[in-house]
Amino acid sequence: MLRNLCQKMFGRSLWVYHANSGGCNGCDIEVLNVLTPYYDAERFGIKLVGSPRHADVMLCQGPAMRSTAKALKRAFDAMPAPKLVFAIGSCACGGGIWFDSYSVLGPVEKVLPVNFYIPGCPPRPEAIIYGVAVALGLVDKKTAPVQFKQLELPMPRYHPSDLHGQGEMVVYTKAEKV
Amino acid sequence: MSVLSKLKETLVCLKAGRVTLPYPAQAQPVPEKFRGRPIFDAAKCIGCAGCANNCPAREILVFDVCQEVRILKYLGRRCAYCGRCADVCPEKAITMSHEFENATNSIGDILQKLDLFMSTCQRCGRCFKEPSPLEQLKLKGYRMDDLGNERWVYRSKAFLNEEQTVDDVKIELG
Ligand code: SF4
Ligand code: SF4
Ligand code: SF4
Repeated sequence: MLRNLCQKMFGRSLWVYHANSGGCNGCDIEVLNVLTPYYDAERFGIKLVGSPRHADVMLCQGPAMRSTAKALKRAFDAMPAPKLVFAIGSCACGGGIWFDSYSVLGPVEKVLPVNFYIPGCPPRPEAIIYGVAVALGLVDKKTAPVQFKQLELPMPRYHPSDLHGQGEMVVYTKAEKV
Repeated sequence: MSVLSKLKETLVCLKAGRVTLPYPAQAQPVPEKFRGRPIFDAAKCIGCAGCANNCPAREILVFDVCQEVRILKYLGRRCAYCGRCADVCPEKAITMSHEFENATNSIGDILQKLDLFMSTCQRCGRCFKEPSPLEQLKLKGYRMDDLGNERWVYRSKAFLNEEQTVDDVKIELG
């Protein structure tokens, strides 16, 4: 649904504004790498603009920090609707490995509504292009939550009172379902 | 002079030819030692919680539902793909895969949850000698995994009060 909406609203070129709210610069370099001729995101009509007032998409790098959260929110508010927010890198997606530091507030989704997440520290330029392609509806996302089970409930359980000692050997008499 | 330099630039550009990668229309192979998303193998995992205690991003939560069931939850949101979990795992249950195309519109998509069966000692009815390393950390207030809210709650008193922090955005305290 979101994708249809995206295609409808962002049918033409996406102008991106690149906001670093306290990342280590690793993700910045990868984003700029995406715009070089080698990866060439301008094939998809993506253009870097210097002001949030001209932008359709905000690329967030770095966690929301106590010092920058307010500025990030103001930059987001300055963007004309409809707008998309991409969280690029583990910092923006989940707070980064310094998520419990005194100055880090948490992931950017604590401050802004995030539409697409591109995890990685930093994500490869290909991963960023993939994220943009997912957002534009060119490819399907590949991830899905996984759950493994080693057991089936209810399972047999023993109680110490059911253990009967016979010299060296301990015999267990009753298997009970809990 | 400027015309000459422009001509030279044109020549250089022509000589370079086409350099743009055809990604994402064509798959792009990764280097041999590339570390992507860690993949957990539930068949091999013994539930020792070594990965959870070693993860610098505190991304792996462990919770004992009862004596025999341990839940291991890899959230993946702030995973730095550092490979420390794979390094420390005694059973080599974690492999650093080559998956990097993890972009998603819902952050829950990269979650991996393992329900582990912990077989207990027939004499004492426990899996590890009491108190186990995980329990020691819990008793000291260093970690308390909150699976419902998917976060690691500190019980430490060393935290700042809410009033002492800035008032622009509300800070969540554990
Ligand atoms: S995700 Fe990693 S590379 Fe990107 S800003 Fe955070 S620490 Fe730096
Ligand atoms: S790769 Fe590193 S950050 Fe990710 S789960 Fe393993 S130890 Fe944690
Ligand atoms: S370190 Fe390996 S065996 Fe131990 S809990 Fe983690 S995945 Fe399982």
